[in-house]
Amino acid sequence: MIALFFRDLKLSVRAGGGTMIGVLFFMTVVAVVPFGVGPDLNLLSRIGPAMLWIGALLASLLGLDRLFQAEREDGSLDLLLMQETPLLMTVFVKCAAHWAATGLPLVIASPLLGLFMNMNELAIGATMLTLLAGTPAITFIGAVGAAVAVALPRGGLLVSILVLPLAIPVLIFGVSAVYAAIEDPAPFLPPFMILMAITLFFAVIGPVAAAAALRHSAD
Amino acid sequence: MRLLAEGLSARRGEDLIFNDISFALGAGDALVVTGPNGSGKSTLLRVLAGLLQAESGRLRIEGGPAEFAHPHELSHYLGHRNAMKRELTVRENLSFWQRFMGDSPGGSGVDIDAAAEAVGLAGITHLPFGYLSAGQQRRMAMAKLLVAYRPIWLLDEPTAALDAGADRLFAALVTAHLERGGIIIAATHQPLGLGSTQSLQMKGFTH
Amino acid sequence: MSENSLAIRKFSDLANPTRFLALADRVLPWFAVATALFFAAGLWLSFTTEGDYQQGETVRIMYVHVPAAWLSMMCYTVMAISALGTLVWRHPLADVSAKAAAPIGACFTFLALVTGSLWGKPMWGAWWVWDARLTSVFVLFLMYLGLIALNRAMDDPARSARVSAVLVLVGFVNIPIIKFSVEWWNTLHQPASVLRLDGPTIDPEFLWPLLIMAVGFTLLFFTLHIAAMRNEIWRRRVTSLRRQAVRNAGREAQAL
Repeated sequence: MIALFFRDLKLSVRAGGGTMIGVLFFMTVVAVVPFGVGPDLNLLSRIGPAMLWIGALLASLLGLDRLFQAEREDGSLDLLLMQETPLLMTVFVKCAAHWAATGLPLVIASPLLGLFMNMNELAIGATMLTLLAGTPAITFIGAVGAAVAVALPRGGLLVSILVLPLAIPVLIFGVSAVYAAIEDPAPFLPPFMILMAITLFFAVIGPVAAAAALRHSAD
Repeated sequence: MRLLAEGLSARRGEDLIFNDISFALGAGDALVVTGPNGSGKSTLLRVLAGLLQAESGRLRIEGGPAEFAHPHELSHYLGHRNAMKRELTVRENLSFWQRFMGDSPGGSGVDIDAAAEAVGLAGITHLPFGYLSAGQQRRMAMAKLLVAYRPIWLLDEPTAALDAGADRLFAALVTAHLERGGIIIAATHQPLGLGSTQSLQMKGFTH
Repeated sequence: MSENSLAIRKFSDLANPTRFLALADRVLPWFAVATALFFAAGLWLSFTTEGDYQQGETVRIMYVHVPAAWLSMMCYTVMAISALGTLVWRHPLADVSAKAAAPIGACFTFLALVTGSLWGKPMWGAWWVWDARLTSVFVLFLMYLGLIALNRAMDDPARSARVSAVLVLVGFVNIPIIKFSVEWWNTLHQPASVLRLDGPTIDPEFLWPLLIMAVGFTLLFFTLHIAAMRNEIWRRRVTSLRRQAVRNAGREAQAL
């Protein structure tokens, strides 16, 4: 299992891997926003957390379709399916590795982008914290989409279409937790707790469903 | 240990691929599955590997380790594709599969250098897998059979991309595995160069 | 696989779709007639009852909007039950049912959105407001479209059925979460007013046409669903006949 984690990590850092591309995409999306809404710093600082969240959501969906497709193309998926190790665990570890390779860099890059959006320290800290708690949920739920679309030649776009509606709750609670942190009256903890609950829920349901889909899509 | 198949049949989509296939293999036995393209050789191997569900019939192990419910947990499967990552070095690939698969009870895998030696490619384990030629890649995929011990080998067209020298090398690997009491089921067009084997001729199922 | 399940499989493979077709032929006209009757009664009542003193004539949109919204949810439930049927009982009609239900559900959802929007313009002064219920129905619509896209992208029906069944179930588990989160996010809509424990708060004047229209819509759904399932079975038979023709051609070529 640890071997699988490090192999996937290595693969996404090496050439052709998703880590750099994900972070670059994230930065580009967020950097484009001021050109769309204008350079008004007050406005930017107000919409900043939301933009960071949307950018992170899109960026973490980016390499997701390759999660199982790459394994299928070179035949590794067959061997992963055959082992005595429960497929559930294999999927979970692959998700964890994918998050460590693509989700975690987004969290780390977010303070820099927060500065661009004229956010204050509190907002940046809150965004980072919610991204840290929320992006794993996107990976787990995205794994279901990736497993469902594993046999499709152009599955990439389809994965995003299937996954985005399911990821809406993550976005809602992530963003509302950030706003609760910076705007005084609303309490920060309830939305943040719900966000973590969603992550834990998806951490269970995602691998279960993805494993079922992988079993059934074998041919 | 014996591997028993009773009345296996499988379908893909609506089409019945094969029907009522039975065999029994003991330790040291090999089964060579032959037949024209589309006769269901690969499908049979994928059913044996647990990757496809059989439409009917039973597959079981007799006298093997008790905790293994299905033979695929005791099997190596070498399919058409090599299951190796081009971006990783040969050593990283092999050591990943060695650690991920682990050994089945009753044996242990050899280390990576010995496995590379056995397929005649000792010096190049530090190179990325993608740099190797097609024949070398296939041989390294065979080295994967050696790094983790599995009593049953399921081989789908194992020698497809190989020249005559590598063919002999592979025959030696197969013979050694059978001598250790392993079981081999191979689908192939060409003879594997084995002595005493059972054979199964797939004709293709017609309605 | 045991002999028992093989027997079930054989039985259902041969007997069930055929029996279903026969049954469908018999019940479809009845369903269609009942649908027409309920719609006639419902529409007549809808247009003859009084308008609301606040909302005026626009309240009549409710008689289409609310049943369509109910149906959009019921249809997904039907799909989820079918998905369970595909994965757990491996019933051959279950995946036909799920596949046939998706476009119908999408249509009802679309209808609910359009009528909601038409109703919203005079009530809220905008074609679209991001209120909680409209938004969650919109998300449901997106999910339907995603499922339809997935079904169309896969060619092998047996495989696509089980895979999309997984997705249907994941979506089904998620619907309450999405609903809850969207409500947290924003709520402008009036609270649910028909299905409440202390009895309906809606005026009986509106309730009767609404209920009759709801029954009419439900019957319409079943009519369409059975017809769509029948079509899907026929489509699959045509496909398998075509495949067989290809194989036969191959054999004749070999024999020559």
